[in-house]
Amino acid sequence: MDVTWDDLVGSALLGTERRRPPGVVGDAEEAAAGLLDAAAAGVVRRRAGLRPGIAGQRPKPAPADRRPPLPEAARRRLAMLLADRTGDGARGGRRGAAPNLTELLPQWLGAARAEGYAAPPELLPALLDAARARTDLRPDALALAGPRGLWLAGLNPDWKFALRAGPAGAAPGTAGGEDPETARRLWEEGLFAERVALLTRMRLAEPAAALELLDSTWRGERAEDRLMFLDSLRTGLGPADEPFLEEALSDRSRNVRATAAELLSALPGSALAGRMAARARACVRLGPDGITVEAPHACDAEMERDGVARKPPSGRGERAWWLGQLVDAAPLSAWPEHFGGRSPEQIIALPVPDDWQADLHAAWCRAAVRQRDPQWARALLGPPPAASAPVAAVGDPAKLLAILPVDERAEWVAEFIGTHGLSEAFQMLGVCAVPWAGRLGRAVIDALDMARDVGSYPWSFSGVMGLAERCLDPAVAEQVALLSATAEDAPDGAPGATAYWSEAFQRLTSTLRLRRLMLAELRPGSPG
Amino acid sequence: MWGSCKGSGSRPYQTAVDLAGPAFRCTCPSRKFPCKHALGLLLLWAEGESGPITADTEPDWVEQWTAARRKKAEEAAAKEPKAAAGPADPDAARKRAERRAVRVEGGAAELEQRLTDLLRGGLAGADRAGYQQWDEVAARMVDAQAPGLASRVRELGALPATGGDWPSRMLEETALLHLLARGFLGRERLPGPLAETVRTRIGFTVDTAEVLAGPTVRGQWLVLAQYDTADDRLTTRRIWLHDEGAGRFALLLSFGAAGRAPELALAVGTVMDAELAYHPAALPLRAALGPRHDIGRPVRIPAGTATGQALAAYGSALADDPWLDAFPVLLGPVVPLPGPDRWQLADAHSDDAIPVAGMGPSAALWRLAAVSGGHPLTVFGELGPTGIRPLTAWTDGSPEPIAL
Repeated sequence: MDVTWDDLVGSALLGTERRRPPGVVGDAEEAAAGLLDAAAAGVVRRRAGLRPGIAGQRPKPAPADRRPPLPEAARRRLAMLLADRTGDGARGGRRGAAPNLTELLPQWLGAARAEGYAAPPELLPALLDAARARTDLRPDALALAGPRGLWLAGLNPDWKFALRAGPAGAAPGTAGGEDPETARRLWEEGLFAERVALLTRMRLAEPAAALELLDSTWRGERAEDRLMFLDSLRTGLGPADEPFLEEALSDRSRNVRATAAELLSALPGSALAGRMAARARACVRLGPDGITVEAPHACDAEMERDGVARKPPSGRGERAWWLGQLVDAAPLSAWPEHFGGRSPEQIIALPVPDDWQADLHAAWCRAAVRQRDPQWARALLGPPPAASAPVAAVGDPAKLLAILPVDERAEWVAEFIGTHGLSEAFQMLGVCAVPWAGRLGRAVIDALDMARDVGSYPWSFSGVMGLAERCLDPAVAEQVALLSATAEDAPDGAPGATAYWSEAFQRLTSTLRLRRLMLAELRPGSPG
Repeated sequence: MWGSCKGSGSRPYQTAVDLAGPAFRCTCPSRKFPCKHALGLLLLWAEGESGPITADTEPDWVEQWTAARRKKAEEAAAKEPKAAAGPADPDAARKRAERRAVRVEGGAAELEQRLTDLLRGGLAGADRAGYQQWDEVAARMVDAQAPGLASRVRELGALPATGGDWPSRMLEETALLHLLARGFLGRERLPGPLAETVRTRIGFTVDTAEVLAGPTVRGQWLVLAQYDTADDRLTTRRIWLHDEGAGRFALLLSFGAAGRAPELALAVGTVMDAELAYHPAALPLRAALGPRHDIGRPVRIPAGTATGQALAAYGSALADDPWLDAFPVLLGPVVPLPGPDRWQLADAHSDDAIPVAGMGPSAALWRLAAVSGGHPLTVFGELGPTGIRPLTAWTDGSPEPIAL
């Protein structure tokens, strides 16, 4: 037949009244019927005669992943956790006694990563979607996704974040050991995000090489980029970085200068730290009535170059502002000698006349946090305040606690909760190691039990409850289960509170049981 | 599967679930069905906890129940042929069927007129006219009791909006509609199986019991894929089965009211020793599920064909059923090639490739890519005029299919 499909489409488009296909006779009506007949034959011929096309470009195969696959039960669990993430919105607000799976996903990912499993390929898209929506999931999710995940992310612009993920996202085996040639090319030609990732990655393995790379192009970078690059030096910061940072103190950008000064002050042996110590010592002396403070009278150019901001935030006196900055940048190790060989505890116990105590101690707290000095942190925290004492502590107790060793942290917080209850404890609990140590867990459960007995509503404690679901050792599930038995309402308590408490404890129990099960699934060999 | 559950009553509830049904039994007074005890039992089973639910020593009450169920099923089976053999009033039924045939003929003739008018005036205006006029024609087809025609007509209305080469696709679809309408009007002259295909495509249904009363084929049916599609009235579940020994595919359809899951559910990867009965058609694919004898797991990956062979098979299938738009194929080894708009499945050992149906990658395609990692796979999918829709994949290592 000489009539082509295109001829048929042509006349169909214009209508047989205007154009009739070759070989079709009759009036417009008959021609239309003829056209339909011809097209019917044509379409079947067209479809039946389909031939394969020419293959496009084939993707480079993903690198092999030698990590073991998940046990079957764990694989199903992950599928369920990932599916629940999307289903959450539809179910509405109140959860009743059902566990909150969304909050279990981070923990599952962390545990599975620690066991060294590879995520099952068919779940990678859902895993990457989850990591895309929640940045806190990314390090563990990407580590589990491994080389296959990275390969897949390279195909879909939605998952671009995986390519620029930091060191934690890199699969085991690819972190460190950067090929110098490739690294240099990436550094010189890469996108900003790739360059930051590269720098951060290299800082973990070979900080000096990373610094060298940064130094090679430093002067040509834009100010915003310089700031970000400088920030990535926090990883692997060491004395070797000092000359570079010292130079950055004269940078054109104020933010770069301030960051450089902050990094230098975290290096107790640096020249800047020495200069700050000298300034601070001139202001803070041992006097007859304790510590005499003579705040600086001016902020000179040298001080400014060392990162002291001249203008205080509104509401603060400028001299106190300057003093604070000098003290928090000075190395803490210099003080005991300055105060006649006293220990940090003794220094903090010294009276500080003229209302300077709060400023001085707050500055030391910042210094302890910045220099990660557990001895000073312990001294500044002191023992947990007694029941009658005001809870308000110097500085931010949670930040200081974070510097203490794990066990000590848990002990301190447990004791604090024992005397003060839960209302101030949320942030402190947030810095405690997961799962909570035995004594800490008991303290939290007891405090919750007590709160119920007084008759308050459980949602006043929803923050702590949420933390407990995630952080309590799953081994205490049965202990909590005992609490969920319904009891009488407290005589002077809020009406109906007991029922809500019982539901809250049930949820806590079921979440803990689920966590226990979920962790056991990841170690099928060992008894759960 | 059975268990006892300590409830608020003095005696524990006795709960049993038959997974093949699924069917439930429980001694609790709950009016919900299945009750929470049965659901709990199922959850435990789904968790893979083998604790209280080993089937080795079934207590008496479980055996009594299963025996009663078996007996009931046998009775039902015994009754069925009678029911299929003759409805209450064969005369009335024949009259009803005749009346319907007349109405459908009217509908088909009217559709023919509409299509001819369309082509007289030209398709060029069709994109401006919108789908309203097609909705109206579709409504007329529903009135004429030809739901198959109605849904095809409705899809016609949406075509111009798909852009690209829509006039060509529009002509294809109009021509196929024309073929179907003419096929029905001239059904007396068609060979029997083709006439059945035309009737099915028009929207006539055949009673499952009637199909099962006919010849059945027993085989080792692997459940290849199961997926649901929903419109505002109906959820349709499609389940593809494959008997590799006989080289046969079968499609089970199951329906549920809008928003509710259809009754039949088969897990992908299950191998059923079961009997099926194909609906009469020129290209038998749709089947009704008969008695199931045993279930197991797959032992090997089904053999795939190259893309060229698959297209050739689709071509010959079209000769039997020109309206076929989902032809089951097992391809392999093939590699999925992601592309900016169209994906492809390419033969591992040649330069041939089939396009993947649909624009833009779906979640299923990303799963396919993830499972492949750039390496060859065996893929099951539905082949249609615009390409393949991948539904299931096998990687080199395991005979367990991965649903996409």
